[in-house]
Amino acid sequence: MSIKMKNDEVIQNTVYDVYENYDESKSTVDEIILPERDKDKTPILEIKGLGIDFGGLTAVDEFTLSIGRTEIAGIIGPNGAGKTTIFNLLTKVYQPTRGTFLFDGVDTAGMTTTQISKMGIARTFQNIRLFDKLTVEENVKAAMHEEVNYGLFSGIFHGPKYRRQEKAAHEKALELLSIFDMQDMADYQASSLPYGAQRRLEIVRALATDPKVLLLDEPAAGMNPSETAELMNNIRKIRDTFGIAIILIEHDMSLVMNVCEGIAVLNFGRIIAKGNPEEIQNNPAVIEAYLGKKKEAK
Amino acid sequence: MKMKIKNGKLSPYTKNSIISYGIVIIAFVVVTVLNSMGAVSSSLQGQLVPICAYIIMAVSLNLVVGISGELSLGHAGFMSAGAFMGIVVSGMLESSGLPDGVRLAAAVICGAILAGILGFLIGIPVLRLRGDYLAIVTLAFGEIIKNIMNIVYAGVDSNGFHLRTNPDLGLEESGRMLLNGPMGATAVQRISTFTAGFILVLITLFIVQNIMNSRQGRAIMACRDNRIAAESIGLNVMRYKLMAFTVSAALAGMGGALFGLNYSTLLPIKFNFNTSVLILVFVVLGGLGNIWGSIIAATVLTILPEALRQFADYRMLAYAIVLILVMIFTYSPKIKMFTQGLREKVFKGKNKTPEPETEGGV
Repeated sequence: MSIKMKNDEVIQNTVYDVYENYDESKSTVDEIILPERDKDKTPILEIKGLGIDFGGLTAVDEFTLSIGRTEIAGIIGPNGAGKTTIFNLLTKVYQPTRGTFLFDGVDTAGMTTTQISKMGIARTFQNIRLFDKLTVEENVKAAMHEEVNYGLFSGIFHGPKYRRQEKAAHEKALELLSIFDMQDMADYQASSLPYGAQRRLEIVRALATDPKVLLLDEPAAGMNPSETAELMNNIRKIRDTFGIAIILIEHDMSLVMNVCEGIAVLNFGRIIAKGNPEEIQNNPAVIEAYLGKKKEAK
Repeated sequence: MKMKIKNGKLSPYTKNSIISYGIVIIAFVVVTVLNSMGAVSSSLQGQLVPICAYIIMAVSLNLVVGISGELSLGHAGFMSAGAFMGIVVSGMLESSGLPDGVRLAAAVICGAILAGILGFLIGIPVLRLRGDYLAIVTLAFGEIIKNIMNIVYAGVDSNGFHLRTNPDLGLEESGRMLLNGPMGATAVQRISTFTAGFILVLITLFIVQNIMNSRQGRAIMACRDNRIAAESIGLNVMRYKLMAFTVSAALAGMGGALFGLNYSTLLPIKFNFNTSVLILVFVVLGGLGNIWGSIIAATVLTILPEALRQFADYRMLAYAIVLILVMIFTYSPKIKMFTQGLREKVFKGKNKTPEPETEGGV
């Protein structure tokens, strides 16, 4: 353990060396960067110094980020940088060791996954987690709380309230599925769908909870370039139709650089750079995190 | 029940519901007709009510094991609570002069309520566990209920109802002992009938199948399929598991009351671990989550031991062999493939599999 810790420290130090050499005054790590159109409104998410330790390992530390109400933001970083851990913190799968985040101005400390979801944070998973034995439509309907809220009594006797709400839910499910042209698959069992369609169904299911923030964990994983291009348009379409903020974790740089307005780069659990795609591409700390340090030839 | 027709096809739930109701109604009509012709053997006649009770038990356990995905080994405990509650209620009403049907209804309702309350209370700690641990703890609670029944003495006289944990109830001369500790209930008036059993089976099917096809059912199944995802879309997993467990326990209490009032003597030991496992076997053999499968399995496996009586000492051996063979033949992948191939030939082009994804087709 101690040896490993030392190595991590050494690598971290070299990363920060480069970063510090890079022009301190231009540092954007602590800045709040929001898209122009969201600037006069309070950010939907204000993450303040979020951190979590697993035993002696600090997985995420001093994570500070603000997300505008209709922003598409990206979180990138090498494998094991702590990206998915941040999603797990934002959805309270893990409770943070340090720091907190405000959602729509409300402090979320101590909330549970269920409460967070009801407040309006929805997510997809890196390894797909669908309700395998339910149909596509049921997967979507299971996530609706506003439209379908009849009690157990109505559920048993299928009264007028049941019929009215189920009908509304059915229509909304088909409408949501039509975003991805999946309305014809409504009756298929979720596990029988092809891989790409399963990923898309996860997004539809997340949207069915009426979220204000949508977290996409590697939405393009396993997709071919044309599917990725299609996904890119759909992410924008979702943002425009629903007027929500989207945060995505992605390794596909063409997707991130094209679709995201703000990007945070994570390495060893810390943000090493923030900015728009152009700034990120030219940031030496980012280049080093991905490619390693340039040998000092001079 | 409303039929839902989508693109000219019945939704799978509706289709399965119709099969379940169909099986039960047809079986009832056939048995009633045969009975009136005197074609039903007396041994089968005696088994009609237990079959109904076991169908209720199997269908209700399917709600926990199949639909909610939690292995429960204490179902006989709820059956026992329902049975003895039913016997007590029916015994207390005996002198009231109410017709048997009304007394049975009161007994069944009280049995269901008691078992439902027990299910709820036991569910709160038990459902915090998962998998094997949950199974072991439900087993323990089932045994606890059995052992409590072993020390409960109840009686009724003109002063009212007496409940103690020792035999000295201080009953009047005219008083009547209802529960007698380990001796169970004796001299019970047998008021369960096949028709009542049939109606209770239909009620059970109605409740379980309608729940499956509702918001609650979707939530229960979602929690079974993926707990983390269910939480991420805002479902309170504990709440829905508890809902399934409580409804299942209440239905088991109903089945228990029906079962208890079919015998003149009933020992608490009857509802032991073996009975819980027997009910679980019905569910597993019928298929997890498959309601009509539970109905058929409960019926066949209740009749089978009697039908195998000619094998005398080898009866239970034959029973086990039949059980194994049925398992192999229903779940073998080769046989599944064969039946599916057959189905595809019969309904050509109606098979429901998504077309392979075309490139770029999003």
